[in-house]
Amino acid sequence: MTMRRLSVFNVTSLVIGFAFLYLPILLLVLYSFNASRLVTVWGGFSTQWYGALFRNEALMEAAWVTLRVAFLSATLATVLGTLAALALTRYGRFPGRTLFTGMVYAPMVMPEVITGLSLLLFFVAVDFDRGFWTITLAHTTLTMCFVTVVVQSRLMTFDRSLEEAAMDLGAPPLRTFFSVTLPLIAPSIVAGFLLAFTLSMDDLVIASFNAGPGATTLPIKIYSAVRLGLSPEVNAASAILIGIVTLGVISATLLSKRSVLRSRRNAH
Amino acid sequence: MMERSLTRRLSAGLVPAVPYLWLGVLFLVPFLIVLKISLSDPAVAQPPYKPVFEWSDIAGFFGGLDLENFTLLIEDDLYFRATLSSVRIAAISTLLLLLVGFPIAYGMARAPERYRALLVAAIILPFWTSFLIRIYAWVAILKPEGLLTQALMAVGLISEPLDILNTETAVYIGIVYAYLPFMVLPLYATLEKMDDTLLEAALDLGSTPWRSFWTITVPLAMPGIIAGSLLCFIPAVGEFVIPDLLGGSETLMIGRQLWSEFFSNRDWPLASAVAILLLIVLVVPIVIYRDVEARRVETQR
Repeated sequence: MTMRRLSVFNVTSLVIGFAFLYLPILLLVLYSFNASRLVTVWGGFSTQWYGALFRNEALMEAAWVTLRVAFLSATLATVLGTLAALALTRYGRFPGRTLFTGMVYAPMVMPEVITGLSLLLFFVAVDFDRGFWTITLAHTTLTMCFVTVVVQSRLMTFDRSLEEAAMDLGAPPLRTFFSVTLPLIAPSIVAGFLLAFTLSMDDLVIASFNAGPGATTLPIKIYSAVRLGLSPEVNAASAILIGIVTLGVISATLLSKRSVLRSRRNAH
Repeated sequence: MMERSLTRRLSAGLVPAVPYLWLGVLFLVPFLIVLKISLSDPAVAQPPYKPVFEWSDIAGFFGGLDLENFTLLIEDDLYFRATLSSVRIAAISTLLLLLVGFPIAYGMARAPERYRALLVAAIILPFWTSFLIRIYAWVAILKPEGLLTQALMAVGLISEPLDILNTETAVYIGIVYAYLPFMVLPLYATLEKMDDTLLEAALDLGSTPWRSFWTITVPLAMPGIIAGSLLCFIPAVGEFVIPDLLGGSETLMIGRQLWSEFFSNRDWPLASAVAILLLIVLVVPIVIYRDVEARRVETQR
């Protein structure tokens, strides 16, 4: 095969494409250090909005609720999603499989307004008070489908003979799962968890439908602040979130790269 | 031996049953409830709808239903226009996404192999940052005195402030920006696997680059084009945040209509009927997407 070469057109489209993706985010972070209250007019460097942010108790409270919901729902979603992925790849044709795959794929493309509304109406029908738990259950339902897809694609590509060897040597199914299957699919489970966590932290629409008087999440707070106009505090909050996410993604990438290198070294 | 087959049978039953039950209760049942409530009457109460049936009363379930909300949806052409306008905005956005996404995916696929993983990571990274925040970033850019106007005035391209925020143009920019990774990644996945010798053969036989692009690259990239387009089109039709923050009051979209029926007008039955309408519009693309996705997963084996 000949070498693929980048043409001028290819390089230009990559540069413009990535500038388009990253400039708005960089500007947002830059203007969080703006001394002026007018978000789009540069008035000198300042970190005052970060101070204001940490003194804003309502916002801090919402951030805490958001983190708790994200952690709990991502944990539940990881367990349920891994089970669903195992069911789809290891258990062949169980009754109602078609309905099951439908229910796994549908929530991912379903408009959020529909998912949010339907869950809310369900919680009202069974008389479940809206608040922390309703948001958690709603997020679990949405994000478990993403975990399923991530774990499923790993289960599909891995070497079944390792599992079969363990079984032939007399390991019971549960033991085989925990000592062979689980370590092999662990990276995809971690990736699924992180995806579920981020999706939950990010969600406005489903949380808005299912939030109660006791529990408001950060995106709901940010949304209502944005509706009133631009606010430098929102810029500061966004910059912090972007920083956390960037660090998380970079460290996850490095970690997975190291584990790949290590397993390659062991193989030699 | 007995014990082992017992645990095996138990796990064979439990592993699918737990997620099945979860989705059944929290996805399927809520859906049926939406359908039911869309057929009931609004009430000034808490919750603001009159249940058509008590849980124990099956006969009443069929007795009290009416199509009043749907008649209203048909009679009031607001919903019809909102549906049409959502489909139109989503279709135009998908086309724009293809135009913007294809050159990027193509460039990524032609980049030296050692950079490709990095480029993919760079496309995904913005997706991990909050959707709401990324849309908010555009408010500051598109405002009349915003950063885009400042930049263009500074280089002398325009003399009057641009008035893009609160127009449909801003909605297109927002959708293209937010959904770009969903378009680029499936395109990249198919373009990366493409066999370059085909293009070389075409060029050797005297085809122009433009012609070989249309007769070779595009047909081979079709699975990616279809997957990316559906992945963008379906959620764009029901989009709420983007038209609400970037669009103007005249930007009609059905997701926004549902939101305002629910939160502003507190008409839950009508909101449910709008949800059913949105679902009817989307059922065909969702089914196609599910088939495409299932086939892709199967071929991975």
